[in-house]
Formats: sequence, structure tokens, C-alpha cells
Amino acid sequence: MEKSLFDHVAEEERKNTDSRANAPQEFSVSQLSGMLKRRVEEEFGYVRVRGELSRVTRARSGHLYTALKDEDAVLDSVCWKGTLSRLSVQPEEGLDVVCTGRLTTYPARSNYQLVIETMELAGEGALLKMLEERRKKLAAEGLFDENRKKPLPFLPEKIGIVTSPTGAVIRDILHRLAERFPRRVLLWPVMVQGQSAAAQVAAAIEGFNALPEDSPLRPDLLIVARGGGSLEDLMPFNEEIVVRAAASSKIPLISAVGHETDTTLIDYAADLRAPTPTAAAEKAVPVRSQIAAQIRDQENRLILAMQNRLQRHKQALDGLGRGLGQPARLVETAVQRLDQAALRLEMGLKNWLAQRGARLRESAARLTPAALRARIAHDGRQVKNLAERLETAARRKAENDARRLQNTAALLETLSFKKILARGFVLVTDGKSGKPVKEAAKISEGDFVGLQFHDGNVSAIIKAKE
Amino acid sequence: MAEAQKNSDLEKISFEDALLELEKIVRELEAGQGDLESSITAYEKGVALKQHCETKLKAAQAKIEKITLNENGTVSAEETSVDG
Repeated sequence: MEKSLFDHVAEEERKNTDSRANAPQEFSVSQLSGMLKRRVEEEFGYVRVRGELSRVTRARSGHLYTALKDEDAVLDSVCWKGTLSRLSVQPEEGLDVVCTGRLTTYPARSNYQLVIETMELAGEGALLKMLEERRKKLAAEGLFDENRKKPLPFLPEKIGIVTSPTGAVIRDILHRLAERFPRRVLLWPVMVQGQSAAAQVAAAIEGFNALPEDSPLRPDLLIVARGGGSLEDLMPFNEEIVVRAAASSKIPLISAVGHETDTTLIDYAADLRAPTPTAAAEKAVPVRSQIAAQIRDQENRLILAMQNRLQRHKQALDGLGRGLGQPARLVETAVQRLDQAALRLEMGLKNWLAQRGARLRESAARLTPAALRARIAHDGRQVKNLAERLETAARRKAENDARRLQNTAALLETLSFKKILARGFVLVTDGKSGKPVKEAAKISEGDFVGLQFHDGNVSAIIKAKE
Repeated sequence: MAEAQKNSDLEKISFEDALLELEKIVRELEAGQGDLESSITAYEKGVALKQHCETKLKAAQAKIEKITLNENGTVSAEETSVDG
């Protein structure tokens, strides 16, 4: 045991009493221990102390007993069960931590100890600063650019998982996958903490990507997962080789490292960051029953739409058909017209023939000898009439002519010898013939002669011839 | 021949593309776009896509394989179980 505080305090007390009185006050051990306890608890009610954890022991009761130490000193510490579960750091041997709490003494053992209330990693500030600088450096390289992010497949056929083959993480992922949409899973087992973890994780990501496109083992989605842990535990997923491997993965990659509040650098490089491994499985596949329902819905709509479509077309067609009229009816009309035309043609021909026949018969009837005879008789009468008229006319003309000639001749005769007669001559005419007698020789005694004077005629008998 | 060609074309379509295509066809049919001829073609394609999707859904089967690295650097897988 180290030199106890008791000695030191007792000495102090003694000095104080020495200055007041010569005889030191006498205490019982318990009294003194009690005084000391009060003093320590008042003085060190709330302290913040940094040290390395050593002799970490979890008691059966659930309390944690440990010691904080540095190069020269050790401080016994205890973390009660209730507090222990709330610690942000899992106490582990050798961790450099900063604890807050109160000091108390353990009089039964003449001991003092720290009752831990909070614990954080001592190097965390420095570590976080280093990580932030690394993040900025990699971001400046463009490793985290949004345009590098690949869309996740809607329904991956094969899912590659990079994680520990044992533990809750892989089980959680597989369970959630089985619930949602059972898939073929290719597990690339790796250490997820410790010295070689980063190299193994990076090699697994690269290994999956190195598989040929047509390899039956090449997944179309990667999940890199790890359960919750301290910042140090998650450190492999902050390592540059892991971040670079994730960023250059051709296969879409989901990171699911630690708890929801933990962010590691691989999350920036991943195509999608899932808050937990279970969430990664949810992001990886849709829910099979929902998809099946969706497809059924689409199928129903497809069939309904097509039925409606056909119904519409049928109605449109019917409408058009009505507009078009029935072909039979069209033909009927035409046939009727043809029949009528044929009938009229026939009738027309008959009528025509009948008409012509009638006319022929009529003509034939009129074409009798009687008619001709009548005509001939009529014509004959006319000829006779004309002939009579011609005869009459001719006779009359002849008579006229003769009379005119006679008259003219008579006149001429008269005029010619009457003048002579006037001068005392007489015209002797044959009594019988009346013809002039110009020679005496022609007359014989006893003949009757006519003597014509200018003023009348007398008959005479010739008495003697000389 | 043509039928076989069409099926092999379908085989290459991813599930999501098939589903998106199916949804597109349904929307177009519901909107009454296209002539009757093309809508019948679209309908037949929709039915084929739906069957393709259902086949993919039925094929859902969990299989867990663990990758092992061989000495020559190649990768192989063997079925495994992680329960327990």
C-alpha cells in the first residue's frame, strides 16, 4: 500500500492543534476517520481528473472497480452500476480518460477513492481534431462529392456484406432482410476492430469490386457494417484506406457503422449512410409484400384500362356502324331500283310493241281497196269533171273563136261589098247556096237568085240569058 | 422466334425498370393515349412485365454464403449460417 492520506492529514491536524494547545486532542479512530471523510467530501465534492484506467474489474454486483493512474500516482476509483450504463465510454484497461466525480474515503480500509460520475476519452478532443482534418483533406480530393454518389439498386439480386461473421450485427441485418425481401447474401468476414481491421475492411470492399462483372459472386450492393463502440473502436472506419476503398467502389455501398449518433469517415464516402445495421438492411431492399401488392394493383389497372379502352372503341365502332347504314339495305334499295327498271324496261318494250302493233293494225286496216277505189273514183270523178270542163271550155273557145271569125269575116265581107253596093251595085247570090254569083255563065234562065242591095235583099228569077 | 427474343430482352430488364415500365404503360393506357393497335401491344407488354416482376418476386430466397480467400488470391464462397 502507498502512503495513506491519513498520515498526511493527521500531521496537518497535529500542526494545527500544536499552534493552539500543547496537548493534542484525542480522537477515536472512527471520529478522526469521520472528520477526514467530511473534510475530503467537502473539499473534493466535484473533481475532474485525467488518468489511465488500470485494474478494471467488474464485480458480481455490477459495480466497476478500477484505478486511475499516471506516471507517479494511483487513484482508486469506483463506478456504481447505475452510472456505469450511462457512460459514453466503455471502460477498458489502458484507456486514457477524463473522469468527473467526487472523492470519498473508505474508513474501513483507511482508503480514499473517486466515485466516477462521467467518463470520456482523454484523447478524444485531439482525436476528433485529427479526424476533422482528415475529413477536410479527403473532401478536398472530392472523395465525398455528391456527384460521386451512385443510386442504390431498387431490388439488389446479391448483397455483399462486409462485417464480422459473429455478433449481433450480421444477425440483425440478415433478420431484417429476411423479413422484408429474402436475398442472396455474400458475407465477407472481417475483423471490425483492432490493428488489422482497417486493412481487412478495405481489402473486402476492393475484393468485391475486383470480381468480374459476370461473376456469380459479384454483388450489386455492398453493406459495410459494425455495431456501436467507442470512438477508438470505430477508428478502423475512419482510416484513409477504408474511406478510399468505399469512395472508389463501383458497387453502390451503404455504410452502417456504430450507433445513430456516431459518424465515421466512411459514412461520407458511402453512397448512403445508414444509422444502424438494421437500417442498412431496410435501405437495401423494399418490402416484398408491398411490392407484390403494387404489382397486383398495376395489373388490375392494366386490365381495367384495356377493358375500358376496348369498350370505348366498341362503342365508337357501333356508332360509326350505325352511321354507315346496313349494306343489305343499301343493296335492297339498289335491287329494288333495278327490279323497277327491269320491269319498266319490259313493260316499255311491250307497250312499245303494242303501240306499234296497234298503229300497224290501224294502218293496215286503212290500207283497203275500198279506200283506194274511193280515191280512184274520186280521182276519176275529178278527171271526168276536169275533162268536161276542158271540153266545155274548149268548145266554148272554139265557138267563140268561130263566132268571132264569122263575125269578123261577115263584117269584113259586108263592109267590103256593101260600100260598093251603096254606090249602086248589086250582089247576086245563088239562091240555093247563097254564094255570090260572079259569072253570068253560072246562071241559067229560071234560076233563083238573090239580089242584094245596099239597103236590103230581093229575090229574083232570071228571065233570060243574053 | 420473336417471342423468345422478347423474353430474353425482358430477362435483362432490372426489376425496378420493369416495374417503372409497367407503371408507365398503365398510366398511358388509363390516359387513353395512342391508337388501338399500339395500346394492344402496350397491354401485351404490360402483362409480360407483370409476369417478369412476379417471377422475380417469387424467386426471393435467402441464401447466405461466406466468402473465403484462396491461396492463389481467388475468391470462393460457401453456404453458411450465422444463427446463434
